[in-house]
Amino acid sequence: MHAFSRRTILAAAAAALTLSFQATAARAEALDDIVKAGVIRIAVPQDFPPFGSVGTDLKPQGYDIDMAQLIADRLKVKLELVPVTSANRLPYLQTRKVDLVISSLGKNAEREKAIDFTSAYAPFFSGVFGPAKSAVKAAADLKGKTIGVTRGALEDLELTKIAPEGTDIKRFEDNNTTMTAFLSGQTELIATGNVVAAAIIARNPPNKPETKFIIKESPCYIGLNKNEPKLKAKVNEIIAAARADGALNRISLKWLGQPLTTDLPS
Amino acid sequence: MTYTFHFADVFAYGDLLLRGAWLTIQLSAVSTVLGLIVGILGALGRNSQHAPLRWLAGLYVELIRNTPFIVQLFFLYFGLAQIGVKMTANQAALLAMVINLGAYATEIVRAGIDAIARGQWEAGLSLAMTRWQVFRHVVLLPALQKIYPALTSQFIIVMLGSSVVSQISAEELTFAGNFIQSRNFRSFEVYFVITAIYLLLSLGFRQVFRLIGARVFRRA
Repeated sequence: MHAFSRRTILAAAAAALTLSFQATAARAEALDDIVKAGVIRIAVPQDFPPFGSVGTDLKPQGYDIDMAQLIADRLKVKLELVPVTSANRLPYLQTRKVDLVISSLGKNAEREKAIDFTSAYAPFFSGVFGPAKSAVKAAADLKGKTIGVTRGALEDLELTKIAPEGTDIKRFEDNNTTMTAFLSGQTELIATGNVVAAAIIARNPPNKPETKFIIKESPCYIGLNKNEPKLKAKVNEIIAAARADGALNRISLKWLGQPLTTDLPS
Repeated sequence: MTYTFHFADVFAYGDLLLRGAWLTIQLSAVSTVLGLIVGILGALGRNSQHAPLRWLAGLYVELIRNTPFIVQLFFLYFGLAQIGVKMTANQAALLAMVINLGAYATEIVRAGIDAIARGQWEAGLSLAMTRWQVFRHVVLLPALQKIYPALTSQFIIVMLGSSVVSQISAEELTFAGNFIQSRNFRSFEVYFVITAIYLLLSLGFRQVFRLIGARVFRRA
């Protein structure tokens, strides 16, 4: 076997340095710092309605912003919103420029290596939506129904697989045309993301789309740095309480137009 | 260039391409026949002795020729559905094509009628034929013969323009192409094949029109 090359030694040194840095950082619990400072810094999106966008009063607004406010209120600290993009939201957290990321963040193995997640606070899914009077509950019920979908979108690919023979799938060029087809009554149902459905509901159409069934889901979680057990426990406690007392449901109704799905993973 | 062509990926969807091409042919053929009838009626209207008819035909021509086809299509499919007049995508596509072709054909046919010397009309009328009889037996065929090439071009334009109706989910040839492209992402191969099919269709339609023309105008 070769002796350690210079590169190996350097890498080992770097790793040791990182480890020791993480250890120092973890020593002071973020929750204690937040309470002491009286301020919590939360990364929110500003380019992803209805989760986060800039309102007509130029202030950030959305599901994530309300969620951030709820957490700050229940921690009894002031809220400092930090607008981020989906590309830089994790670096902001890892470099401790923010304490939490509430930015329609989905969980995956890759991210779980880098950061920690609380329980889910918002539903994010592709599904089939239709008016209240439609009795569709599962893919098998689609037989004989017309359903609009944006060609090539995830929903199109999935629906093509799961829809039974005899389903009239109408494929349109883009989300707007698909929405128009549903709103004008040319399709009975629409397969799309719950965010797009929220945009339809916001227009207050006569045929309000309701979730009939979910095709694929990836709920949103709050991101925080690793090794912050106190902060994680506290935020999870706040989410659980907000779900129990209906505060979270109110946020969901306000921004997604639908009550909170009951099966959000914790 | 290192790109490897995969035409087999496109021909795996052969039945979809065939069904798409067949719908394109059906839409084009039916709208050609109906559009020509609308065009002749429209031309009669524009040459009518009754001012309201002239005015109505003029309005129709100006309205359709000065608005985009896709807007007309969306109006028929989405707009009318909103107020309760529902058509399937194929019905809306056909109607839009007939209305569109009708407006252009009106002007083309009118040009043909105007090109018939006044003496022909007068000769017919002096034989105690009614205006309709003169139109039907003396004027119409020579008028159509004069503008037949222009009419043929317009038919082809409408056939090619039918690609737009994929926007309202009518599953014609372009829809088939877009669909296949969304599944295998082989844009070059897909659109190459679609282009070739449209070219063949155009040449085929042209040939058919030539044969029809040769037969119809034999006597004239």
